[in-house]
Amino acid sequence: MSGNSSGPGPSFEQRLRAARERQGLEKPAGGANPGGASGWGGGLQAGVELVSAELVAGAIGWGLDHWLHTLPLFLVIFILVGGAAGVLNAFRRFPPAGKAGG
Amino acid sequence: MAAGGTFKMDPLEQFALHPVLGPIGRSVNFTQANLTMAVGALLVMALLVYGSRPKATVPGRWQSLAEMLYQFVHSMAIDQIGIEGRAFFPFIFTLFTFVLMGNLIGLIPFMFTYTSHIAITGAMALFIITMVTIVGLRHHGLHFFSYFAPPGAPAALMPLIVLIEIVSYLSRPVSLSMRLFANMMAGHMILAVFASFAVVLGSLGLVGLVGAVVPFAVNIPLIGFELLVACLQAYVFAILTCIYLHHAVHLH
Repeated sequence: MSGNSSGPGPSFEQRLRAARERQGLEKPAGGANPGGASGWGGGLQAGVELVSAELVAGAIGWGLDHWLHTLPLFLVIFILVGGAAGVLNAFRRFPPAGKAGG
Repeated sequence: MAAGGTFKMDPLEQFALHPVLGPIGRSVNFTQANLTMAVGALLVMALLVYGSRPKATVPGRWQSLAEMLYQFVHSMAIDQIGIEGRAFFPFIFTLFTFVLMGNLIGLIPFMFTYTSHIAITGAMALFIITMVTIVGLRHHGLHFFSYFAPPGAPAALMPLIVLIEIVSYLSRPVSLSMRLFANMMAGHMILAVFASFAVVLGSLGLVGLVGAVVPFAVNIPLIGFELLVACLQAYVFAILTCIYLHHAVHLH
């Protein structure tokens, strides 16, 4: 086999890479998916962050109101705070491109 | 299962708990969730004990599986937490393998998915957040609370920022447990819905049998997708725990 009777041509490595590219096995250089998560999964996870922060904040606000008998006050404040915290969490999990995650 | 209205199409029925092991199980409420948890833990231990027994220089299949699992979690813990991550490696490894085994066992027909109950994921997440807080307090003392006041923020905004940071911190166990539970439950519900389509159509005679092929065929790639989700969610659960531990050890 060392004689390589098939004649001159591209080396084995090159042919292998070409074949793998045809089959879609070789990733194109600089893959378009650095985070590992797909767009769908990322969106779902960001949604979970938003909802859970809102839930926790709502529970805290309602609990404070229940305790201090000021029903809508803390609920309103904490729902707003929860929205901010949810965006903060989603932002930290998926920092925009070009910025380092904190 | 018979034709007509006797077949009950309830995709949530698979999540109901039933006591197992006869009267002994009933008296202490030992359900199939507890049983599968025990099975999952035993399977992990069996893999590690059986896999590491040959101690071969060139590992066989089981040994390389066990070694790869160990190596994978070890490098994840060190990469994410830093050199202090070695102290947390046993915990991360237990957590990852337990969740992974639960997700994978659930894909075997007739087996229960214990990670599809928020009681279980929630208990794990509460344990994690309590541990992270204790680790932070032990590493930094009361200085740990400066975590809630990011440096460089204007003093006028401090009350608001501290409030938002505290809510953000407290929402971690909720999002951690909800993500795993929702992913596993949604996947198994979709599988059950398509499977019951196939059963209902199949009971309608010849035409129905032909039609039943379609939902059955949908379920095949779905199982593959669920396999991916099972591994991915275990990974996400473990890596988020690592990130939280990193925050507790390094503050920001």
